[in-house]
Amino acid sequence: MIEIGLGHYLTLGAVIFTIGIVGIFLNRKNIIVILMSIELILLAVNINLVSFSIYLNDLSGQVFTLFILTVAAAEAAIGLAIIVVYYRNAGTIRVEEIDNLKG
Amino acid sequence: MIAHAIFFYVFSLIAIISAIMVTVSKNTVHSVFFLILDFISISCLFIMIGAEFLGMIMLIVYVGAVAVLFLFVVMMLNVAQQKNQWLLSEDSSGHIPIGLIISALIFFELIIVIGGWKYKPDLFNSDNLQISSELSNTHSLGQILYTDYIHVFQISGMILLIAMIGAIVLTFRQREGVKKQSYIKQISRERSEGVEVLDVPSNKGVKIDD
Repeated sequence: MIEIGLGHYLTLGAVIFTIGIVGIFLNRKNIIVILMSIELILLAVNINLVSFSIYLNDLSGQVFTLFILTVAAAEAAIGLAIIVVYYRNAGTIRVEEIDNLKG
Repeated sequence: MIAHAIFFYVFSLIAIISAIMVTVSKNTVHSVFFLILDFISISCLFIMIGAEFLGMIMLIVYVGAVAVLFLFVVMMLNVAQQKNQWLLSEDSSGHIPIGLIISALIFFELIIVIGGWKYKPDLFNSDNLQISSELSNTHSLGQILYTDYIHVFQISGMILLIAMIGAIVLTFRQREGVKKQSYIKQISRERSEGVEVLDVPSNKGVKIDD
């Protein structure tokens, strides 16, 4: 318990990943919270990569974390732009009312 | 070592609680604030285990840019007063237990993977790109980012450019009734349509712009 190893960080990553998945599944509000859950999932992946990089003494994990950060920022920008356009067209972003595909 | 343990538990507890609050918070603005708290505590963890550059970049990119973007959109779209009503929604068509089961399965799979890693710690012994002890974290990252990973770095720049163009194109809207300057119209004006010669009667004047 006192000795913090790789397993602790991986468990933290797993917990945050699962919270992100739960947030996507159980969300009844608006799509913005789903986008935030996707950010949480990417954050969990970053935790895993950085802790492996530190504990295996290999820098490439941190480099790939940098690229994941870039892609996450781009994804947030595009997703929020799509949400703004959808709100302008449909007047709502509630998850229940977005049922154009009858899914 | 005991300080490391104490800081790890404090920051990870804050991170997990704020991640839960992102999901269950009633107000979307509160969700964004808890997301910011989550990113801050995770970047503190990164700085603590020796990835200072990534921790700082995470603060700048997520807290400074992405969270502010989320706040802008939340306040622009007027969704802050839509109340969260999951778990007591009246038309939840039985997807909540299935979602919980699938999430629990994913969590247990991840835990099994971590256990396997714990029992076999020398699974991969990588010895390329060693972290050198005399260089700082930022220095060594810069040394391999601009040499070994230069193509990936440039492609990530292209991704950012494409995201910027895509966001602008998606949200661009042509409004009615806005007067704009069109240089094509300006330079293609002819004398016949631009100038009119009138005979002005004395004491009456002419009316322009009718």
